[in-house]
Amino acid sequence: MSAAIQINDVTKRYGALTVLENIDLEIAPGEFVVFLGPSGCGKSTLLRMIAGLEAVDSGTISLGGDRIDTLPPGKRGVAMVFQSYALYPHMTVSQNMGFGLQNIGVAPRDIDRRVKAAAETLEIAHLLDRKPAKLSGGQRQRVAIGRAIVKEPQAFLFDEPLSNLDAALRGRTRLELAQLHQRLGATMIFVTHDQVEAMTLADRIVILNERRIEQMGAPMEIYQRPATKFVAQFVGTPAMSFLPVSGIEDGARGVTLDVAGAGRVETGVHLPATFARENASLGIRAEDAKVLTPGEDGVPLRVKVVERLGDRAFIYGTLSDGTDFVVEDAGRSTVAAGQEVRIGFDPDALHIFDSAGRAYHHTEGA
Amino acid sequence: MAESYRRSRWSHALFVVPYLIVFLTLLVFPLFWGMWLSLNKVDLFGGAEFVGLRQYARVLSDPVFHQAVRNTVIFVAVSVPVLVGLGLFLALALNRKTRGAAFLRGLYFSSTILSVTIVTLIWRIVFIPNDGLMALIFAGLGWEPIGFLSTKGWSLFSVGVATVWWCIGLPMMLLLAALQQIPADLYEAAALDNASKGRILTRITLPSIKPTIMLVAVIQIVMQFQLFGQALLMTNGGPAGTSRPIVMYIYETAFIRWDVGLGAAASEILFVIILCAAMLQYWISTRKEEV
Repeated sequence: MSAAIQINDVTKRYGALTVLENIDLEIAPGEFVVFLGPSGCGKSTLLRMIAGLEAVDSGTISLGGDRIDTLPPGKRGVAMVFQSYALYPHMTVSQNMGFGLQNIGVAPRDIDRRVKAAAETLEIAHLLDRKPAKLSGGQRQRVAIGRAIVKEPQAFLFDEPLSNLDAALRGRTRLELAQLHQRLGATMIFVTHDQVEAMTLADRIVILNERRIEQMGAPMEIYQRPATKFVAQFVGTPAMSFLPVSGIEDGARGVTLDVAGAGRVETGVHLPATFARENASLGIRAEDAKVLTPGEDGVPLRVKVVERLGDRAFIYGTLSDGTDFVVEDAGRSTVAAGQEVRIGFDPDALHIFDSAGRAYHHTEGA
Repeated sequence: MAESYRRSRWSHALFVVPYLIVFLTLLVFPLFWGMWLSLNKVDLFGGAEFVGLRQYARVLSDPVFHQAVRNTVIFVAVSVPVLVGLGLFLALALNRKTRGAAFLRGLYFSSTILSVTIVTLIWRIVFIPNDGLMALIFAGLGWEPIGFLSTKGWSLFSVGVATVWWCIGLPMMLLLAALQQIPADLYEAAALDNASKGRILTRITLPSIKPTIMLVAVIQIVMQFQLFGQALLMTNGGPAGTSRPIVMYIYETAFIRWDVGLGAAASEILFVIILCAAMLQYWISTRKEEV
């Protein structure tokens, strides 16, 4: 039921505008891959090209070893769940789910069996005779997933399917999707701009930005070792703080940086000799910095806002040179807006970016 | 404060009075006056004499009225399906974003803005014997010429052709608007569901625009029952009354023979026929959904 997907050198243009350029991607059978990126990065376009709803201008797409980019959408062996669900409004739930099977001439008895089985799985068996207008958003979403399941496709494509649900339902459906993937073991591609969905669902995240793949990797790899400044900025809430670097000095443990507003910062990062030292910057995630106890020596931070989330608090402030900085503190933090606190960094969790945005991290054992 | 908002006051009615005056004087009053007239023997110069339902008895026993009803029903039964079917065909064919389609949409709609005088003039030129377009075509093909406007059967047909040509714009535009309301992702879902063009038409497109098809049918039934100008100007109801519609019968009795009561009675009957036909159409097309 699950098959590998190969995308080779795929390019998509709308007139003079190139939306995707030379995309290469291999997805293993049964893998759950999430396309993540800002609006307009081409992630939905790439998914629609796999589905056959957009033409491929150059390059090839294969599913299970067979080239599919020349086939019509219905012949590709993929099923898609749309953001708007795209249920047929005048058909009942069971007709909606069975329509694709009817079209390929599956016997009515088999259609009935498959529709019922999928409905049981998704707990929508009691809705089979209703029309979409009589369903809630969450129920429609399940029907849309059910319509995909009954086709027993080689790959499932999801185009931001959770974005029309409220926060609570989105969280629950996310879990259910993860369970569904485990149960079916099918290849799934999921498009989203929501990094929480990407982090929680994906075996592998593909980050797209400005026509190309910025980075692909396991969720924690993307989070902890972003390949570029864009990825570092895009993934993680609150966003990583960036400080301008004015000088770099090599040391045994790693380089020591001169940072305006933070003084000399020791890092566990080794930079290659080819590293372009002009316009470099230092990236620090909120949880990799900490508020020091009074009297400890650290970097001064003027606190502007304290955001309390219960289990932890984010402290937003400015360094002495005016650069914005976020640091995480305990939920019971006593820090208040207007105060000046001292902060320290974990040298091994710092990221250094060159002027082109390429990232350098601490390497274990280096 | 909130209490005073909720309390209804007669002074609030002042806001709707201007419209109410127009509605009552131009719609409600004539409607009931027409009903009243149909119960009277009216002499334009001498006033009215109440005669009860005698005018209705006269109309219903008039063979000329029977013929006019038959003509009108046949005309509606043929022209409305043609208008809906052709309108749907044109809408489906022109529902695309090309310049050619936009031009043709404008072209097909342009006939709608012409006055009935111009429309009938054009079609008289087409159908007129000897020098008309049809006569020339028939002569060119070596066929026996047909007197389209003066032969039984053909005269009503000719009025129907002119009517369809004149009225096709509105059904086409309404159906086009309905087609453009169908979300594109339904078609994408259908493409992924392996649906053929025929299945997409019958299972996605037509069910999606069914309410508009129904609306167009009801509008056309109401409009075509009121056929008048084309018949008057093209055939004058002839030959031998075979193309005389009900409205023309009303016009002749009320405004040529000045038998106003009889004309009013015929009008009320037409009103009931149109009402029944529209309700029947509505009932037929909504019946299945109730199950």
